[in-house]
Amino acid sequence: MVQFSSAQLDLAFAALSDGTRRGVLEQLGGADASISDLADQFCMTLTGMKKHVGILEDAGLVETAKIGRVRICRLGPQRLADVSTWLERYRQMWEARFAQLDDVLNELQLQETNHARRSTR
Amino acid sequence: MHADRRGDTSSGTTIERTSDRELVVTRSFRAPRHLVFRAWSEAELFKRWWVPKSAPITLVSCEMDVRTGGSYTLVFSHPAAPEPMAFFGRYVEVVPPSRIVWTNEEAGEAGQITTVTFEEQDGLTRAVMHDLYPSKEALDAALASGSTNWNDETFEQLDAVLAEA
Repeated sequence: MVQFSSAQLDLAFAALSDGTRRGVLEQLGGADASISDLADQFCMTLTGMKKHVGILEDAGLVETAKIGRVRICRLGPQRLADVSTWLERYRQMWEARFAQLDDVLNELQLQETNHARRSTR
Repeated sequence: MHADRRGDTSSGTTIERTSDRELVVTRSFRAPRHLVFRAWSEAELFKRWWVPKSAPITLVSCEMDVRTGGSYTLVFSHPAAPEPMAFFGRYVEVVPPSRIVWTNEEAGEAGQITTVTFEEQDGLTRAVMHDLYPSKEALDAALASGSTNWNDETFEQLDAVLAEA
């Protein structure tokens, strides 16, 4: 796994804290897009979208290249994967725990039901 | 996709970093709240689910005095660790059957405060687990290290098991 400096992490987490920027990353995960395409899709001014893309770019989550008169955005090198992998791993650990908790709860409910049946007899 | 026997379409675990210092895990359970609370507060029940079976970790001992001001100590062993690892802290607030707040003190004063709340609605109990870290760096580090007491290797094994499931 790529090691991050804490400054890089700051930027990545700050970039990911915003819903529009996460949406932009999702879009770019499907296909590259120009800043004006993205601005249209998110019903936002060009200036507003430029700002969001700039933050994503600083964090290394997105890279841009000027092709003719259009600035095209695409996902940056694998960084999002790393940041989200940590959260996903953490989530999987909890999901594994909780699946076991489901079993415990099923058993407790069964005990309670049986107990209630016995005591009404 | 196969139908789950519990039909728990709404019970997926979600995780969200809600701020620099906060992480929130949520999950719904098809069980009444008092039972969910019991499973979190009685050591005999707790130790049956806290460690994923797929993790190469054994819960050696589990002592929990779940009341406000009480304390807990969980001791784990791991094949790669020469000594058992103890995790401990205090219960800052316990309100059965809806809320447990505890400290995590094994790392000294830099531990997070964990608050879990249980809300019941229509036969479902929603557990919300909120971790408040002392600093942004502490949460970054926890996430980057695979978090809590789990290392990359553990997760790789867990991934493998989950992929087979």
